[in-house]
Amino acid sequence: MRNPNEIVADALAAIQTSPDLPTLEQVKAAYLGKSGQITELLKSLGAMPADARKAAGARINEAKQAVEAALKARREVLQEAELDRHLTAETLDVSLPGRGLGQGGLHPVSKTLARIQALFRTIGFEVATGPEVETDFYNFTALNIPEDHPARAMHDTFYLQSGELLRTHTSPVQVRHMQTHQPPLRIIAPGRVYRCDSDVTHTPMFHQIEGLWVDESVSFADLKGVLADFMRNFFERDDLPVRFRPSFFPFTEPSAEMDIGCVMCGGEGCRVCSHTGWLEVLGCGMVHPNVFKHVDIDTERFIGFAFGLGVERLAMLRYGVDDLRLFFENDLRFLKQFN
Amino acid sequence: MQFPESWLRSLVNPALDTAQLAHALTMAGLEVEALAPAAPAFSNVVVAEILSAEKHPDADRLRVCQVDVGEAAPVTIVCGAPNAAAGLKVPCARPGAELPGIEIKVAKVRGVESFGMLCSTKELGLEGAADGLMVLPADAPVGEDLRSWLNLNDTLITLKLTPNRADCLSLQGLAREVGAITGAEVRLPQIVEVAPSIQDAMPVQVMASEACPRYLARMVRGIDAQAATPRWMAQRLERSGIRPLLAPIDITNYVLLELGQPMHAFALSRLHGTIEVRLARAGETLKLLDGQVIELAPDMLVIADAGGPVALAGIMGGQPTSVERFSVDVMLEAAFFAPAAIAGRARRLGLSTDSSHRFERGVDFGATREAMERATQLLLDICGGQPGPITEAVAELPRRAPITLRLPRLTRVAGIELDADQVARDLAAIGAEVERQDDRLVVTPPSFRFDLAIEEDLIEEAVRLFGYDNIPAQPPAAPSRMLPQDETVLADDTLRQMMVDLDYQEVITYSFVDPAWEAAFDAGARPLLLANPIASQLSAMRTTLWGGLIETLRHNLNRQQARVRIFELGRVYVSLAGQPMRLGGLIYGDALPEQWGAPSRRVDFFDLKGDLERLFGHALDARSGVHPALHPGQCAELWADGRSIGWIGSLHPRLVQAFDLPATPVLFELDSLVLARRSLPRYATLSRFPQMQRDLAFVLDVHTPAGELLAALREAAADRVRSIEVFDDYRGKGMTENQKSLAIRVVMQDTERTLTDQEVDDAVQKLVDAALRQCNAPLRV
Repeated sequence: MRNPNEIVADALAAIQTSPDLPTLEQVKAAYLGKSGQITELLKSLGAMPADARKAAGARINEAKQAVEAALKARREVLQEAELDRHLTAETLDVSLPGRGLGQGGLHPVSKTLARIQALFRTIGFEVATGPEVETDFYNFTALNIPEDHPARAMHDTFYLQSGELLRTHTSPVQVRHMQTHQPPLRIIAPGRVYRCDSDVTHTPMFHQIEGLWVDESVSFADLKGVLADFMRNFFERDDLPVRFRPSFFPFTEPSAEMDIGCVMCGGEGCRVCSHTGWLEVLGCGMVHPNVFKHVDIDTERFIGFAFGLGVERLAMLRYGVDDLRLFFENDLRFLKQFN
Repeated sequence: MQFPESWLRSLVNPALDTAQLAHALTMAGLEVEALAPAAPAFSNVVVAEILSAEKHPDADRLRVCQVDVGEAAPVTIVCGAPNAAAGLKVPCARPGAELPGIEIKVAKVRGVESFGMLCSTKELGLEGAADGLMVLPADAPVGEDLRSWLNLNDTLITLKLTPNRADCLSLQGLAREVGAITGAEVRLPQIVEVAPSIQDAMPVQVMASEACPRYLARMVRGIDAQAATPRWMAQRLERSGIRPLLAPIDITNYVLLELGQPMHAFALSRLHGTIEVRLARAGETLKLLDGQVIELAPDMLVIADAGGPVALAGIMGGQPTSVERFSVDVMLEAAFFAPAAIAGRARRLGLSTDSSHRFERGVDFGATREAMERATQLLLDICGGQPGPITEAVAELPRRAPITLRLPRLTRVAGIELDADQVARDLAAIGAEVERQDDRLVVTPPSFRFDLAIEEDLIEEAVRLFGYDNIPAQPPAAPSRMLPQDETVLADDTLRQMMVDLDYQEVITYSFVDPAWEAAFDAGARPLLLANPIASQLSAMRTTLWGGLIETLRHNLNRQQARVRIFELGRVYVSLAGQPMRLGGLIYGDALPEQWGAPSRRVDFFDLKGDLERLFGHALDARSGVHPALHPGQCAELWADGRSIGWIGSLHPRLVQAFDLPATPVLFELDSLVLARRSLPRYATLSRFPQMQRDLAFVLDVHTPAGELLAALREAAADRVRSIEVFDDYRGKGMTENQKSLAIRVVMQDTERTLTDQEVDDAVQKLVDAALRQCNAPLRV
């Protein structure tokens, strides 16, 4: 019988020099396997005299434990090394871009419309819509613009061969809404409008948002309050100067144009504000009694205010776009700037 | 409306500088659109007289002039202008003068010392080009500063007037307004009655007295039509944008600007018989001053004589009867034409004149006679002549009825209480008669205000005069009611965001398109057509979004964009009642953006269909169909709730070629309202028992759509069958040419217990039977 100590010394040496896990497993088999050297020692115990068997057994077990401990330690080392190798092999160049679809984006006019609607929703305005192919009645007559009124000339209307027209403003939605809903009313009506005009600063189609608030006690002071609040929030400028100038729209009275301090130059005067420091941004006023009469609203009981603003203009000011026509050329290089 | 500030200030001169005056006008609703100096800045230029002009000893084209600049001794100036000659009065820039772009110094010119420069209009910046010295009138005072003598320190004010303020379409009206808003004293021109010196009265008959409630005519005989228009008048006309032509015409134009009363001067010798004011008769024509011959409509008011119409009332005179250089006798006309009788006619004829612009909006019917007297006096002063008496025909003039302004109503509309006395004073300042009765004002507006008829008009006027800026901006108080939020309908913005998340870029294209596109997509399309399109390619209302999407694709392909994924959410237009919202999209080019980590592949039908399935959140009812714009073999009609809701497919190869596209786009369009509709989620018990899965392969005719097999299987499926999906479509080896094999995965599960093999087999057998029966599809063996 070999000396267990020698066997252990041999085993430990073999374990320590095992370069990888399969070799280590072969070493294990050579010593602890079915016919491994330590296993053989254990088998030989049966042939020993009883008195010597106990001491020999204890020595062999010690040897076995020493080998097992060495195996375990070596295995951990080798496993760790193996993992390190894997990790190194699996290391990615994380600076490479990710995989998959790109990201689309909203049109800047949609983005602006959504922003305006969101702001007005916070104070209880609902969204209403109406047709774009309209009748003369809703676009003009019901809005107190009789035939041959000079105000019609300002509208540059597109007519259809079938006799209808393309709405020149979103104001007809006011009338349609008031025909079918009872006050109190608080709506905004976004949408496309059309004017027969096309040059550097006009496109034949553009977007407006109409607003209408009808209740028993709304006033011109309220109108000013709502619109000043809106502009300051839209441009995120608490100190944005605003002013209201008398103007004329057949469907409101008193009527006003609202100006804001130029957001491009801060009121110093620049090309955008024609060196006035002010930008005209919307028209507004108190609903004219003739409009209420067309929709059977009691003018003694209810008062209303209305406003209409050009969405492209606000988008241009908000995002610094200097050419209106870009909005409808749909050049992806332009559109993607807003994603 | 454009006018020189100096003219306004001659009538009313508030203690405001130009900018403050402009601001006051703007804030009163008379928007100042532009302020422009009458002349560019220059200094130290005086009126001078050339005493002598001798040829320069060393230069053929230069002259050495002795010039009187108003000082004790003449100065020497070398001048290159071809028209420099002794006796001329010209502008002279003295040493130290600053002209646009040059500074004048004493300098030697070819050896001769020159003490200044004689100027052309170009050198002073008054005109763009000049061919010699600016020649001043003989009466120009030598030595006088040129700017002050020509009144060049003036500002041209351009107003953007709203249609309700016709009363401000004259200097007199503006002066009154400025007086009302600034409190400055107004000095209107003194108008005196001109006594007739001849007795010839114009015979006038007004046959349309409702359209022409007041008509004044007067003849003036023996004028010198070629008399020079005075410099002050010519200058005011020019600075108001009207070119001086001939004294009698200049005078009528001057009165139009000064008083707001359009006038007309006829050549008396060309008029025959009685002057009639009447509606045009069928078939009548008139050659207008601008040379065009118009056909008159029966609702057009004309001035006529025995020979027919001689002027289009309130719009434009006729050419044959117009005053010209050799006219000796003239007839002056001043009238009040009712706005309704003029409105729209000029526009219908493509005309817009200073006269029609005013009559459409309302001319002061109380001042017609004053205008006639004013024009007569100016004519006599400038052209001489013998005035006849005024013939005046008056019928029912508009009335200015008293309007009641309830002060509590004013407070309610304005949002603050205005001082009643101040309101009364303000309204009186604009020329209204105001009477206070307790809590109301009874207001009779002046004849020149056509915009004051009802209480709201007075409320506006009161608030305007108080100052819009003086009304506080207050956040309104309103009951805090929540807005309804329908959870089963997705908002348009949500649909847009879903498309964005699927890597689509939103576009907005014109609602009007090229009719050729419409015809290309559907030869049978009958789009609504515009009567007055801005261009023929923008003359048809779209009935599909595809035209705009394909045009956008083309635009971007031309700008080196190789991968295009776009969508539009907008209406199509079928009729007044039919303008449905549609969602349309187009994909083109690579399925994925160019990237290192995925193979490049062109988009196809199923990429788009997959996007739509994600959009709807469930499988689509897509049936093969035929659409004229789509590839017949790669096209499907989308159905929901028993009706067609849209189309998806590859663009038809013929259209790919017609639109000159290098490759085929895949497109869809559908009813966005259907897409937006969602069902409210309903919880169903989760099963605690294992699910069973069986994979079945069926053999079908290649022409049988997978959807047909799936529909048959789903219909036959027992309740416990959770899903039936295709996971392979196999053709080729083992199949005949007319066969394909579809692999179907069936998942079953019960909520109460674990299914037995027998139960699973029975359920599968039902499916197999249904496939065979309905689709003639046996199991593949």
